[in-house]
Amino acid sequence: MRIELEKRAGASRLFSFLSPLLALLLTVIFGGIMFALLGKDPIHALHSFFIEPLLEVWSLHELAIKAGPLILIAVGLSVCYRSNNWNIGAEGQYVMGAIAGSILPVVFFEWNSPLILPLMLIMGAIGGALYAGIPALLKAHFNTNEILTSLMLVYIAQLFLDWLVRGAWRNPQGMNFPETRSFAPEAVLPPIMEASGRAHWSFVFALIAAVAVWFMMHYTLKGFEVTVLGQSPRAGRFAGFSSRKMIWFSMLLSGGLAGFAGISEVSGSIGHLQPIISPGYGFTAIIVAFLGRLNPLGIIASGLVLALTYLGGEAAQLSIGVSDKVTRVFQGLLLFFVLSCDTLIHYKVRLVFDRVRQKIEGAA
Amino acid sequence: MTENEVPRADSLLAVRGLTKRFGTFVACNGIDLGIGAGEIHALLGENGAGKSTLVKMLFGVLAPSDGEILWKGTPVAIGSPGAARKLGIGMVFQHFSLFEALTVAENIALSLDPGISLSRIADEAAALSREYGLPLDPKAHVADLSVGERQRIEIVRALLQNPSLIILDEPTSVLTPQEADRLFETLEKLRSEGRSVLYISHRLEEVQRICDRATVLRHGKVTGACDPRKETPASLARMMVGSDVAAVTHIERRDAGVVQLEAAKLSVAARTPFAVALKDVSLKVHAGQILAIAGVAGNGQGELFDALSGEYPVADNESVRIRQKPVGRLGINQRRLLGAGFVPEERHGHAAVSGLPLSDNLVLARSQSDRKAFLAGGFLGLIRHSAVLSATRRISAEMDVRKSGDDPLAGSLSGGNLQKFIVGRELDRQPAVLVVNQPTWGVDAGAASRIRQALVDLARSGSAVLVISQDLDEIFEVATDIAVISEGRLSEPSPAAEMTREKIGLLMGGLTHRHVEAESVHAH
Repeated sequence: MRIELEKRAGASRLFSFLSPLLALLLTVIFGGIMFALLGKDPIHALHSFFIEPLLEVWSLHELAIKAGPLILIAVGLSVCYRSNNWNIGAEGQYVMGAIAGSILPVVFFEWNSPLILPLMLIMGAIGGALYAGIPALLKAHFNTNEILTSLMLVYIAQLFLDWLVRGAWRNPQGMNFPETRSFAPEAVLPPIMEASGRAHWSFVFALIAAVAVWFMMHYTLKGFEVTVLGQSPRAGRFAGFSSRKMIWFSMLLSGGLAGFAGISEVSGSIGHLQPIISPGYGFTAIIVAFLGRLNPLGIIASGLVLALTYLGGEAAQLSIGVSDKVTRVFQGLLLFFVLSCDTLIHYKVRLVFDRVRQKIEGAA
Repeated sequence: MTENEVPRADSLLAVRGLTKRFGTFVACNGIDLGIGAGEIHALLGENGAGKSTLVKMLFGVLAPSDGEILWKGTPVAIGSPGAARKLGIGMVFQHFSLFEALTVAENIALSLDPGISLSRIADEAAALSREYGLPLDPKAHVADLSVGERQRIEIVRALLQNPSLIILDEPTSVLTPQEADRLFETLEKLRSEGRSVLYISHRLEEVQRICDRATVLRHGKVTGACDPRKETPASLARMMVGSDVAAVTHIERRDAGVVQLEAAKLSVAARTPFAVALKDVSLKVHAGQILAIAGVAGNGQGELFDALSGEYPVADNESVRIRQKPVGRLGINQRRLLGAGFVPEERHGHAAVSGLPLSDNLVLARSQSDRKAFLAGGFLGLIRHSAVLSATRRISAEMDVRKSGDDPLAGSLSGGNLQKFIVGRELDRQPAVLVVNQPTWGVDAGAASRIRQALVDLARSGSAVLVISQDLDEIFEVATDIAVISEGRLSEPSPAAEMTREKIGLLMGGLTHRHVEAESVHAH
């Protein structure tokens, strides 16, 4: 007997829909097994991990705060991945966007104007886009592998931020803490509903970006170009589309959105620059993009799910006393199961009993 | 026609009720077949008839769903190609599995036991190739060899195992007529030694010429078993296709109209180490003319298409002209806007994206040339799906594209139907210039005749058509003028009436026109 993967005639609609749900279910089951092995009651642990964060209003606000950057970044990445450009360095573009956007409130801290916030957001997006322009340039002109270059640039961005906040940009009144000076109130992204919690406008921007990119992918020639060049560069060339321009377009778009997410987070949630400004949003967004089937509307849902794993990790640390590393475990499990369950979209699993051979051996 | 319907027990290889299912699709349905010792047995059928699936089961690549295979009268299970070789079955595939960077001997060694020394293999291969009239240098690198020579490697590799049955899958599709003749001599020699050959083809002439018996497949079933020499090409075609194939009405060669497509001393360097450079290619296609370019695959056809279509523009702007305008440096869409249409060779992933529906594949080729009809919203470039969809329906109806559903994925169509759509997509614009590379490659006979007729009709209505093709039957069916491409050089075009297969064959081999004239004078 052997297990065979048999190619389906076409992609299965049923499994395109079921695969993420199946992956989620398997993640929960294996997460439960992990809690049991740690000596915790799996039902109780899963409850505090996945359910408790959803029961209180302030906690829902936290969910929106975490989901905002994830969705913004993942939406940009989905365009990259659909066009076959593998930007793995969104984390670095996020950091660079945060740095570029912070130039006004940190360096020109005496300048106050209602224009400051929009300018910061625009500069953040430009900073992220320019930083993504480095791997784009290298790929378009030297055929360098963008997976490696974009990933390595993450560490450069993180160390650059570290150097800035400990050196040039350190707050003179900050008692030597590695932080910049706090942003002026005009430079802070305001909350959506101040009465009930902290959630700020970055979540709304994320929803707008998701809908806009979804519209582009479904209704415009540009979106069609992304799809064609991603599925077959040769057919794209036949259509008169340029793979090189697409590298620039997709990398700058995703870098811009990541940079926008970076400055939104710093301005809305933190209020100053510090050595660590992200719990790995840029990497987690890769999972968000795939869990959302690279569809911007799906990414809204998957962004909320992944945001929940962050909150759940924090909650589990408090209530059942396990390390918040379980967040990473859950994210890893989820990505693994999403990618494996996707096999079912294009293949059927079959158990094959080698009937012919058995018959002959029986006769012999 | 009924003499061999039940396989004889004394056959070398007999197959009873062999069936292969892929899900609900039955590729081979209860096949009966018998191959006697010392016979050349033809397996005839259109693309998709189940020939390859049947052969893969015989060679152990696929496991049958049902039925049995008898080898010298005993039932066997052929679990792998290795098991097939042990039984004494050798196979030469249509697509060669050779490493271009290795030598002939090294390539042969890869398929044998690892224990045998390379020099012994080289000696044996050289001896075998001499014996069977397949000259081959064991030390040559595969990359430097012609397609015909590469095929010899595959044949010698199969012969080294001393097989009693050799399966050849469409062996002449890549050969010049002269190379094919040499192959037939080798097959005769194999037969005289008592070996059997299973010869897969859809070319009726050669089957009638060399095969003793034929089994015809259609839609996975045996539709005829016969002695091909007692049949006519028409009766064999009927067994293959199931109905008579419409003949293409020929176009008369008229006095030249305006030159619509021109290449003047077009030279293009090879883009990759294994590509072919174009050298001083000059051609003119007049309105109302069909110029066919014959040639064995891999002699610069793809490169010529790329340069003419503008997918890879060339440095010298004057070396390509469309409707008298120099376009060498222009891209494909600017050439389309001048009234040119293009049909590349490869359907999947070049002419069409398999994973996208037909309507999207219409936008693929015509987003700029039909900008007004298909796009709205100015710089936003909104695709007008309803306009695209109705054009898709119009093209499908015009070209008789058979599809499941209104707007199916391109990949779900059969080769013939997708090709009809891809050609129809260009014809729908009434292009003044049409460049087609291998218009009916891997397409069933019905669709092929439909496409050829459409090309003839387009030229008759006053367009200039350039057809690049490996299929000589097709070329003689549609062309008003014929040129031959060999190693990136194009022969001077001649009127089709003055061309013969022999002349084309010699030009394919790289001889120039003057040589060919001299040679044919010599022969008479």
